[in-house]
Amino acid sequence: MAIDVPYTRSQLMVAAAAREIMDHEVIFVGMRLPLLGFLLAKSLHAPNAVGVYELGIVRDSVAPEPILTMGDLPNLYRSAWLADTFDAMCLLQQGLVSASFIGGAQVDRFGNLNTTRTFDAEGRMASLPGSGGACDLACLAQRHIIVMSHERRRFVERVDYITSPGWGEGGTWRNDVGLPRGGPSTVITTLGVLRFDPETREMLLTSIHPGVRLEDVLAQTGWDLSVSPELSETPAPSAEEIALLKRFDPKGYWTGK
Amino acid sequence: MPPSKLLSLSEAVQRFVPDGSAVALGLSLETAIPFAFGHEVIRQNKRNLTLIGPISDILFDQLIGAGCAEKVRAAWVGNVITGIGYNYQRAAESRSITVEHHSNFTISLALKAAAMGVTFLPSLTALGSDILNENPSITTMSCPFTGKRLSAVAAIRPDVAVVQVQRSDTSGNAHVWGCLGITREACMAAEKVLLLAEEIVSSDMIFRDPNRVLVPGFRVSAVAHVPWGAHPSPMPGYYNRDHEEFLRYKNRSKRPEDFEAWLKSDVHGVPDRDVYMRRCIGEERMQALAIRNHSIAEGVDYGY
Repeated sequence: MAIDVPYTRSQLMVAAAAREIMDHEVIFVGMRLPLLGFLLAKSLHAPNAVGVYELGIVRDSVAPEPILTMGDLPNLYRSAWLADTFDAMCLLQQGLVSASFIGGAQVDRFGNLNTTRTFDAEGRMASLPGSGGACDLACLAQRHIIVMSHERRRFVERVDYITSPGWGEGGTWRNDVGLPRGGPSTVITTLGVLRFDPETREMLLTSIHPGVRLEDVLAQTGWDLSVSPELSETPAPSAEEIALLKRFDPKGYWTGK
Repeated sequence: MPPSKLLSLSEAVQRFVPDGSAVALGLSLETAIPFAFGHEVIRQNKRNLTLIGPISDILFDQLIGAGCAEKVRAAWVGNVITGIGYNYQRAAESRSITVEHHSNFTISLALKAAAMGVTFLPSLTALGSDILNENPSITTMSCPFTGKRLSAVAAIRPDVAVVQVQRSDTSGNAHVWGCLGITREACMAAEKVLLLAEEIVSSDMIFRDPNRVLVPGFRVSAVAHVPWGAHPSPMPGYYNRDHEEFLRYKNRSKRPEDFEAWLKSDVHGVPDRDVYMRRCIGEERMQALAIRNHSIAEGVDYGY
């Protein structure tokens, strides 16, 4: 039975992110919404999922208190392994990480992400914090899931800088540049969920969030976006998911808006 | 007994961080960031430093804002919970610093290569990225055995690696625990290692648990006793992260004039960490940050 509960756009995104995680998968967990998505999946349908954090933490359980950064001490408490960044990256490079989540300031039609620098129409540069581990995740995880705000200035024809490679220029590009595996599988935005055409590797709109119109999505995308013939509506978060999110993010720091 | 390497933080910075040094710091990513060290570097008005690190939280931003840095070789510079580091952004956009972009893995590889005493390490990361296209210390190569395409990351040998540790003896034999990020690689890679310790303890206590020792004491140049040296970042076993301070810093660094005011009150306005903690943070917040849920591991038997 579906019960209507009020929810925020961010809560919907986290719920959608959680659904991308399958039981027994090894998930490389980043900050913010993906971190909450992992905790949600772990609490609900993926109890045996294992989290790897780039500081060198492997966790098999939910941290005992809400955390704001992966280095918060509750995230170290009774973890399964405390090691080095190098070790976490070696798990990734061996292909042992099933999925990772990353965001960006810009994404393009082939899922390339930019978190390094952008240029406006007048050519003025805006400097951003950089890759962190995102480039490594995009190169080496079995698949990666992009979570970001859907705005025309962010969804661009071609990113100004490839910090985290997606499908490059499409087709066989990843293989051609030597990447051993992976590629973006899903883009979860404030407006919908997008996936990639298996041949062309171009982004394809597959679901729209409740209350969002197709023309909004198209207007907020900076290229001629392909739409799946089986376009559906993103399921709203359940009461149970909302209750868990309130536990993991009690002050609404990440999911309040 | 080997000679003591115990120095005051001020002396250690004076002696081991000359202008123009390449300094690796913030090596555990979000934990154990040596803020006390950075603030002393600012007080001593060090110039033309190269900052080396993985995800650097706001310490790089502070050093850049204070004009200490001319170059950054790092994977990420900002404020981990709020995003943009404003001083970094201003400096990068005005090109008053040079930025060499890395990923967390490429910076790990660069330090690991130096730690191994080789000139580079191969990898599969960064292929197809502009990090590889643009960074002169990352290139591609063919595997000599399979012919497959690899990235090759040149070694980085810092002049000094700076680490806040839990406890150390006076000779630099130190215990660390928690997640270490790229601390071990950086210490093994660096010409000199400078430790800031929450506690100074006996060598006997250190040697009873040698698995926990960071690097051999002979690899360490100096030890300073600096309790709370990592505040506002967390120190496993000692104190939690002061989230409020990171949120406050966002507003205190957004405009150059606000940052100047912060520098004046929280860095130049205090002589050392002890006064910083008492005056800028206060007893009440220190108590709130203390570890409440202790989790002591069982001892292990190293006997023969």
